[in-house]
Amino acid sequence: MGQYILRRLMIAVPSLLGISLVLFIVLALAPGDPFSELATNPNVPPEVGLALRAKFGLDDPIYLRYLHWLVAMAQGDWGFSFTSRVNVDTLILQRLPTTLYVIGSAQVLALLIAIPVGVYAATRPYSIFDQIANTFAFIGFSLPTFFTGLLFILIFSVKLDWLPFVYTTDIQATGVHWLIEELRQGIMPVMVLGLFQAASLTRFVRSAMLDVIRLDYVTTARAKGLGQARVIVKHAMRNAMIPVVTLVALQIPAVFGGAIVTEQIFRIPGIGSLLITSILANDTPVVMAVTFVFACLVVLFNLVADVLYGWLDPRISLR
Amino acid sequence: MAGSTLVFPSAERRAYSPWRETWRRYRRHKLAVVSAVLLLILIAAVVLGPFVWRISINDIDFNSRLEGPSLAHPFGTDDLGQDILARMIYGGRISLAVGLMAMTVSVTVGTLIGALAGMSRGALGHALMWLTDLFLSLPQLPLLLLLIYLFRDGLKAVFGPEGGIFILIVLVIGGLRWMPVARLVRAQFLSLREKEFVEAARALGASQARQVLRHILPNAVGPVIIAGTIDVAAAIIAESTLSFLGLGFPPDTPTWGRLLYDAKDYLDIAAHWALFPGGAIFIAVVSINFIGDGLRDALDARKVI
Repeated sequence: MGQYILRRLMIAVPSLLGISLVLFIVLALAPGDPFSELATNPNVPPEVGLALRAKFGLDDPIYLRYLHWLVAMAQGDWGFSFTSRVNVDTLILQRLPTTLYVIGSAQVLALLIAIPVGVYAATRPYSIFDQIANTFAFIGFSLPTFFTGLLFILIFSVKLDWLPFVYTTDIQATGVHWLIEELRQGIMPVMVLGLFQAASLTRFVRSAMLDVIRLDYVTTARAKGLGQARVIVKHAMRNAMIPVVTLVALQIPAVFGGAIVTEQIFRIPGIGSLLITSILANDTPVVMAVTFVFACLVVLFNLVADVLYGWLDPRISLR
Repeated sequence: MAGSTLVFPSAERRAYSPWRETWRRYRRHKLAVVSAVLLLILIAAVVLGPFVWRISINDIDFNSRLEGPSLAHPFGTDDLGQDILARMIYGGRISLAVGLMAMTVSVTVGTLIGALAGMSRGALGHALMWLTDLFLSLPQLPLLLLLIYLFRDGLKAVFGPEGGIFILIVLVIGGLRWMPVARLVRAQFLSLREKEFVEAARALGASQARQVLRHILPNAVGPVIIAGTIDVAAAIIAESTLSFLGLGFPPDTPTWGRLLYDAKDYLDIAAHWALFPGGAIFIAVVSINFIGDGLRDALDARKVI
């Protein structure tokens, strides 16, 4: 198992490098030059501009620039935010926990809905329950998160006035009240993201389960006289979950996309809303760093999925 | 197996052309048929709408601001008194066009890469699949935002504000969604190229291009059609998301996502402003997804209906 994890890590490093290369190429191909203002400013003599360009390595060949950028990123030197005047890494570290909290709870909610519903639907294929679940799942993943978010605000904040629609980090309460308020303001964003994820996961859990439930070893387990619950949970589900883990990992990029939207709707101070505000404020260092953090998180979650995969199916880690 | 005996219903059915057979299977999926009708109505509405509903999208009328649905304005008005129906018709054209064009881009790129990877037996195939996996693990929306942020001004200068953004959004959305198609096409090619009929074509001296275009590709087209259908829905959602975040089309271009973006601060006093465009996005996306589901039933030859 240890060796397997190590091998997976070795695969994660090239893909991180690949992603960083893609990001760098995008940045290098983009029109616009950080020093163009210097060139047109009559107060700056041209030789000063040229000296500055040379100092920051803008005239170096492209592979050298990439190496410099990579080394700086690896050393944690992510630059300086133009608008908020702090280091990019402190800015991101401030925001990251909120995003991870919302995404994590949403993912847990999605699994809590999708696995029971999907498994139950698979044990009774084409029943009324299955058809209703299927239709709801279809509607669920056809509703874009930004529209469900607005609908939730309309219903639960404007009409019913049950939940706050703006997420705050400085709640004016202490102790139990603080905790209740914190949970209350999290309900809508987590529901929006979680239900969207649950919709696509349910269909997938159902089909993965249907594939397994027909296999001979499940029939054998039944023939041995085991109860339905035991056969489903102990025998069928463990194998059905293997493709589900892959799908959850493959969906992580989409989850981050959904998080950006929900953070924007509910004004959650996470890295998604940081990305949007920095784009609108032309704050390039922050934009680059946040995109890179998103990429790193995707690779990290893929790694976690691979490890889970090896645990669920020991044959994989032996290969 | 229906084809192994010569009982007459199956013998009669064999006379159908492939497209007719597909339609026969598609009709069984009731929701897919309803969705196809809905989508056609939606397309007709946005294409023919401006000829019937003649209010301009920029008619400002401060006397009727934020009004709910009425006879004069069936979908109500926005904060400048502009007619939401007229704006939705205009925006719908863009949203649907972006969906179709982005799908064309992603299917073309995906088929090309998948076919290359499926036919090559050496390092090229591995490299292309590595590239596909790399693209699959890119964070889509952040990258989409980044690309639009970086290239927006350059393209605006060349193609004008609306045209430039249109090209950029189509290319970027299409360029980040080709991977599933590439994987599908590669998998199809890997199995099809070893089939006897392809081997027979090879034995008859068919060139590689002829084998691909004439024998392999037509048999691999079913899954690509299904994936392409779903890509249209995904592209519509992607475009609306960008506009909703305020980073898509310019403010005076009322795409459905942009209308929602403008409406979101008036939810308490003018809910209709958000509900109509949101509903339009939902209807378009859900009907396209159901059509995809119907096509999956119809094009999967192994499934007996």
